[in-house]
Amino acid sequence: MAEHTIKAFDQEMDKLRGLIAEMGGRAESAIEKAMLALQRHDKEMAAQVVADDKRIDAIEAEVEKLAIEIIALRAPMANDLRDVIAALKIVSVVERIGDYAKNIAKRVPMVATNQRMLEPVSLLPSMGQVAAEMVHDVLNAFAARDADLALAVVERDTVVDDFYNSVFRALVTFMVENPKTISECAHLLFVAKNIERIGDHATNVAEMVYYAATGQTLPERERGGTQPLED
Amino acid sequence: MMHEPQTLKAADTTTKMTARDVKVFYGEKQAINGVSIDVDMDNVTAFIGPSGCGKSTFLRTLNRMNDTVASARVEGSITLDGEDIYASTMDVVQLRARVGMVFQKPNPFPKSIYENIAYGPRIHGLASSKADLDVVVEKSLRRAGLWEEVKDRLHDSGTALSGGQQQRLCIGRAIAVEPEVILMDEPCSALDPIATAKIEELIHELRGRYAIVIVTHNMQQAARVSQRTAFFHLGELVEYGVTSDIFTNPRQERTKDYITGRYG
Repeated sequence: MAEHTIKAFDQEMDKLRGLIAEMGGRAESAIEKAMLALQRHDKEMAAQVVADDKRIDAIEAEVEKLAIEIIALRAPMANDLRDVIAALKIVSVVERIGDYAKNIAKRVPMVATNQRMLEPVSLLPSMGQVAAEMVHDVLNAFAARDADLALAVVERDTVVDDFYNSVFRALVTFMVENPKTISECAHLLFVAKNIERIGDHATNVAEMVYYAATGQTLPERERGGTQPLED
Repeated sequence: MMHEPQTLKAADTTTKMTARDVKVFYGEKQAINGVSIDVDMDNVTAFIGPSGCGKSTFLRTLNRMNDTVASARVEGSITLDGEDIYASTMDVVQLRARVGMVFQKPNPFPKSIYENIAYGPRIHGLASSKADLDVVVEKSLRRAGLWEEVKDRLHDSGTALSGGQQQRLCIGRAIAVEPEVILMDEPCSALDPIATAKIEELIHELRGRYAIVIVTHNMQQAARVSQRTAFFHLGELVEYGVTSDIFTNPRQERTKDYITGRYG
């Protein structure tokens, strides 16, 4: 894309993109670390995820401030305007994604260490991986104004939903057979739900990226049902 | 190159002026290259584009103001309510009453405020008595949003008013002869932001009563006052569309580069 006649405008837009890229990288890493901490029952790593979330929150505030300045001082138009508005909306969603990762990390101490426990939820790490990749790809799509990559992220949300449905059934079955594990299983159910929500949020970001890149809104898509609400 | 007319019609709008394949030459030099556009009665149309793009030249073809430039030649057709304004039978003085114009710098006559407004109606025979003229003057000044500020000093000189007031006086003068179309060529470029806001508010109030076309260098102004925007570049009409579309999602790369400040 051609440069603005006013160079400082380009620098501010680059800074905005840089902050969002950093925020996305941190959110992606928070998801991965939280899942790893869960698998390894690593309380220190989990505590680190909780502590690191403060930086994600700080970046959200920084992006909001910069975006408001750009709107006030540069009066952005057309694709620039769409980018700034998308940036504002994206950071609030990524902040939520960070919160979900933090929430998973906070549950680590409450989930038992024994391997038998994790059997019904062997799918959780793969599910977390898919969600983390969605977050990674959607923010790359924003940086590159890549509408196709954003679309691919939207389509991947059903994978996460399918994972969630499987984990849900596995956990319910396990709880029926092992009532003593209900408390821990409930935590794992929340973990699964958090990852499922991360997938939904990544999809919302993808819709914003698609709009910013093309000026068109994505047609309303069929949402995959999740247990226990099929529709 | 765009020669296809760009028409944007909603069911309840009416076309006031129509230009088809309009070309303007200044001697050998071609300033406008085949512009086709419909000017809507109910929406304010803004012409934007960089200096020298032809937007003012094109605006001036709409009331034959280019006739005053000896070397200028206009080809193509321009109609007002379906009537060819370049026809030999067209009375140009009458045309310019129907299609009024407001210029960049306020240019009131060096006469009283009252006379500035009364002059046109008097020579066009729109008022037969002093009482009639008083009514026209008050009505015009009210529509121009100036009445309250000048009603107690109608016989002061028009040139003694502030710049913004002078420009509203010029708009009142154009209104006084009951035009159908008002052309404004950068009407706020010599005014401060407050006077500018008053003119913009006035344009908003006049919308619907007159077809309004405004040329502006200030894109924010085009965004604020118009419902239709036409982007000119190098004598061509590059894009004509609904203002909110042009400023959020222009279709042409050249429009996008210009309105986002990337025009190199």
